[in-house]
Amino acid sequence: MIKNTKKSQKKNILSLEDVSISYGTFEAVKNVFLNFKAGDITSLIGPSGCGKSTVLRALNRMNDLIPNCSLKGTVLFDGTNIYDKRVDPVEVRRRIGMVFQQPNPFPKSIYENIAFGARINGFTGDMDQLVESSLRKAAVWSECKDKLNDSGYSLSGGQQQRLCIARTIAIEPEIILMDEPCSALDPISTLKIEETMHELKKNYTIIIVTHNMQQALRVSDMTAFFNAVEYEDGDGGKVGYLAEFDSTKKIFNSPKEKTTQEYISGKFG
Amino acid sequence: MIMNSLYYQKKLSRNVGDKFFTSLSVFCALIAILPLIFVVTYILIKGGSQITPELFTLEPNPPGDDLDAGGINPALVGTLVITTIASLISIPVGVGGGIYLAEYSNGGPFSKFIRFGVNVLAGVPSIIAGVFIYALIVSTKILFGSMYSGLAGGMALSILMLPTVIKTTDEGLKLVPNELRYASLGIGASMYTTILKITLPTAFRSIATGVVLGIARAAGETAPLIFTALFSYYYIVGIEDLFYEMGSLAVLIYNFALEPYDAQNKLAWAASFILVISILTVNIFSRILAAFTEKTKRV
Repeated sequence: MIKNTKKSQKKNILSLEDVSISYGTFEAVKNVFLNFKAGDITSLIGPSGCGKSTVLRALNRMNDLIPNCSLKGTVLFDGTNIYDKRVDPVEVRRRIGMVFQQPNPFPKSIYENIAFGARINGFTGDMDQLVESSLRKAAVWSECKDKLNDSGYSLSGGQQQRLCIARTIAIEPEIILMDEPCSALDPISTLKIEETMHELKKNYTIIIVTHNMQQALRVSDMTAFFNAVEYEDGDGGKVGYLAEFDSTKKIFNSPKEKTTQEYISGKFG
Repeated sequence: MIMNSLYYQKKLSRNVGDKFFTSLSVFCALIAILPLIFVVTYILIKGGSQITPELFTLEPNPPGDDLDAGGINPALVGTLVITTIASLISIPVGVGGGIYLAEYSNGGPFSKFIRFGVNVLAGVPSIIAGVFIYALIVSTKILFGSMYSGLAGGMALSILMLPTVIKTTDEGLKLVPNELRYASLGIGASMYTTILKITLPTAFRSIATGVVLGIARAAGETAPLIFTALFSYYYIVGIEDLFYEMGSLAVLIYNFALEPYDAQNKLAWAASFILVISILTVNIFSRILAAFTEKTKRV
């Protein structure tokens, strides 16, 4: 196990050890070492094509759904390598939930959107209460409470995204992964989702991929900066790598790497 | 440089050519639709005049010098029964196969082989399906010793429906956005829950449209039924009738249109009328279903 540093007494909930991910023969990201601390919001930033979304999807085995995608290395969650052959990916996804880039509510009522996940996970308690508390936690209760039986599509984009967050919360995961959750939303909805994230931080570990550096700065405790370099054999392809990982303050105020400094200040990306 | 007027000039050669080819294509389109219009109106006039209440309740009389041909009740019920049997076989198998192709297969050689096979099956002449079931079921008396039967007829038609059902299921499921699958899997649903509770219901209407079109096609088939269900003059009264010859509208038309007697010919016209009307209705119904699907998708 990796020792906790003095500064942070939080325990590692998820660790990547020498992870490389490829699509067929094309290596998307390689040799990533990364520790996510429980109760933190960690953001993954970097230019397009650096593999940050790929890494995020690897954390709950969503990459399994992409043909030809393969992973080398270890992803330790709760002491278990989730890429072990004996691991059931369905169980992994129950404990590590995911919110996607595009709001993707089910074509069902708002109520059913929340109840679906809970029900398939064997929830037997008071469903009404679960729906209400999940929507409250995702800060979308006031907009939804009078139309729980309306289609999830009747909500605006930002409300749909918060509904998707509520849906993820309802299955009580330990970690919530968010893949650019605000990229399809307007600034006001974005702000609301960020407020929601601050609320959720009390109970959940959140890992978020974002293109918006201000957002990373606003919401996250830790920031991982990914970059892409051209292959050494020089055929023009690029491979992503983890350039720097530190507290968000350090990354944005005094990054160690020159590329981080350049990306933060908007020189490329 | 001479400036041309901006106004539309009829005599310009490009405008003349444009007009000519536009009219040509409109003309061809009209010719293409003419057979349909003629067939439908001819049958409506010839057959529509023969429609009486007794038509739906009576048995047909065997051809002879009898002036009264009777009704088409056994054939009408027979068509319903045979098509139902065909649907009962082809819908589960077809939808299941379509689910495999769209959801589980990963584009490997096996799924390519199945897709190719389905396309070939779709092109197989319907008479081949009839002969196949004849050789497999009718001549071997494998179904409890019965030879020609409604059951065998249903099987022959199910072979014809199967490719349509598989294809529309496959295509309907492919239209379901992947985000929806990810959403379900992302909250820990298994593959089978996702398909059963999310993907299939979303694609339900497009699958239903395809199934309905498949049924409409099968209901009008004649050749496969001549080899399998043959024909019967008698009422269908119970389950055991499934194991005997069974009449159908298509075979009734085939048989009676060729009779030298006027009464039987009229009965064939009446049956054509009912067959065309029901197939038209089913087709229109599937259109409405499809239009409804698009409307819900846009929401």
